[in-house]
Amino acid sequence: MKLRRKLFFVQENGKANRLGACLNFVLVMGLFVAVFWLSLGAINVHLEFGFLGRFWLRIWDGFWMTIEISAASLILSLLIGILSAAGCGSPLLFVRYFFRIYVKFIRGTPLIMQIYLFFYIVGTAWGVENRFAAGVIILSTFEGAYISEIIRGSLLSLEESQLEAARAVGFTRRQTLRYVILPQLVARTLPALTGQFASIIKDSSLLSMIAVIELTQTIREITAVNFRMFECYLLLGMLYLCLTLPISFVSKWLERRFQYEN
Amino acid sequence: MKIEFQGLTKQYDQEHVVLKPMDFSDDIHTLAIIGPSGGGKSTLLRILGGLLLPTSGQVSVGGEELPTDERALQKYRQGLGFVFQQGGLFRHLSAMENITLPLEQVHGYTKQEAARRAEELLERFGLGADGRKKPSELSGGQQQRVAIARAVAARPRLLLLDEPTSALDPEYTNEVLDVIHELKNEGMDFVIVTHEMGFARHACEKVAFLCEGSLLEYGDSASLFVHPKTRQLERFLSRLLEWNVSE
Repeated sequence: MKLRRKLFFVQENGKANRLGACLNFVLVMGLFVAVFWLSLGAINVHLEFGFLGRFWLRIWDGFWMTIEISAASLILSLLIGILSAAGCGSPLLFVRYFFRIYVKFIRGTPLIMQIYLFFYIVGTAWGVENRFAAGVIILSTFEGAYISEIIRGSLLSLEESQLEAARAVGFTRRQTLRYVILPQLVARTLPALTGQFASIIKDSSLLSMIAVIELTQTIREITAVNFRMFECYLLLGMLYLCLTLPISFVSKWLERRFQYEN
Repeated sequence: MKIEFQGLTKQYDQEHVVLKPMDFSDDIHTLAIIGPSGGGKSTLLRILGGLLLPTSGQVSVGGEELPTDERALQKYRQGLGFVFQQGGLFRHLSAMENITLPLEQVHGYTKQEAARRAEELLERFGLGADGRKKPSELSGGQQQRVAIARAVAARPRLLLLDEPTSALDPEYTNEVLDVIHELKNEGMDFVIVTHEMGFARHACEKVAFLCEGSLLEYGDSASLFVHPKTRQLERFLSRLLEWNVSE
């Protein structure tokens, strides 16, 4: 009875027993694999991954392109997000409405619609022909709206008492920004921003719609030649997980690191 | 320390008058501001501390007039120490850093000097082992003692305390009041807004009674508590004594 509690339930301290964690992890993974395996058997598919070896160079290029697009978008979207968060609180009504409408529009519409709209209408009209650049701009505009909200939320959660204390100890505005506001803002936004980076990586797959040869587009091209959808998309999922899982661990670690906030 | 104000008022809008016209002039060492909640005590203390500007009137502390422009106000605040009711410590810094950062950045101490001063104060206030802890890892009483240590670290000419114990459990209240009392014995001048009548009466030389934005009474603590002149103070004191264990 005691052993069963230890192995299958969350312990009193709210955590899992180490052995129980391993056992249940294996069980859950086993269940996923079994369901998948049975489904494949039911439709008579036998997986054969050998052919992928011929395409490894293209897959590597696509994989690398995804990383490049995501990294560039992270930087640009961060800049847009900071600008927009500041703009949303601007005393100038024009600036305030500009950024608020931008955030509402982007968050309220699907990315795929924005990709078509920007690339084929705005992009064509303004002569943005480089697909990499267009992809990064579109993705950054999209993610920037979410980052803007993350930063705005953190700014709003900064307590007035902290700013008053900064004035009381005699800090100038610049010192308050540097020693009080920025460190607290970073602590609050960093875990969420890291999580957003994982979203950027996943969302970059939609840029395949405008034929940016990133990972998803590469896999689509390969399947178009040999029709081995299952193997290709399984591999695609694994490759995305290789990128997003470590990021989610980093995000969790950062959350623990800045726990004093809670 | 000479504290003076003339025609001091504070109001946020037509209906919301926090401080009615007020005049005051005296040389004080230790002053307690008492009175019912919402009477303007904290507002008055914030004005003295240069954290809030009065709507009208003149204020001077130790002969230095309260300035109105931000740059001069920064300078003015640097000469004072302020302790808040709660949440005044920087949450992302350790107890030690809370003390050393203003010393280094505002008062020009070197890293070593600031660390030495912080260690000395933490040790003296019984926090020698807690320097590395963040505010959230300290009890309410410990947090307030760190806040006091930070406020006195640069040897201010006047210490201002805004209800430093009212957010604390009774067991922590005394340890904080003891620290303030110790500072008094060392000659530190302070103004404290407090609900701790025992402290106001026995540890502060002067007491000011503020009610509905007016300074109704002011005098020696020894006589003010025994012979209240106004009905408001009488009623305020009798309400406080209603549930007093010794009565």
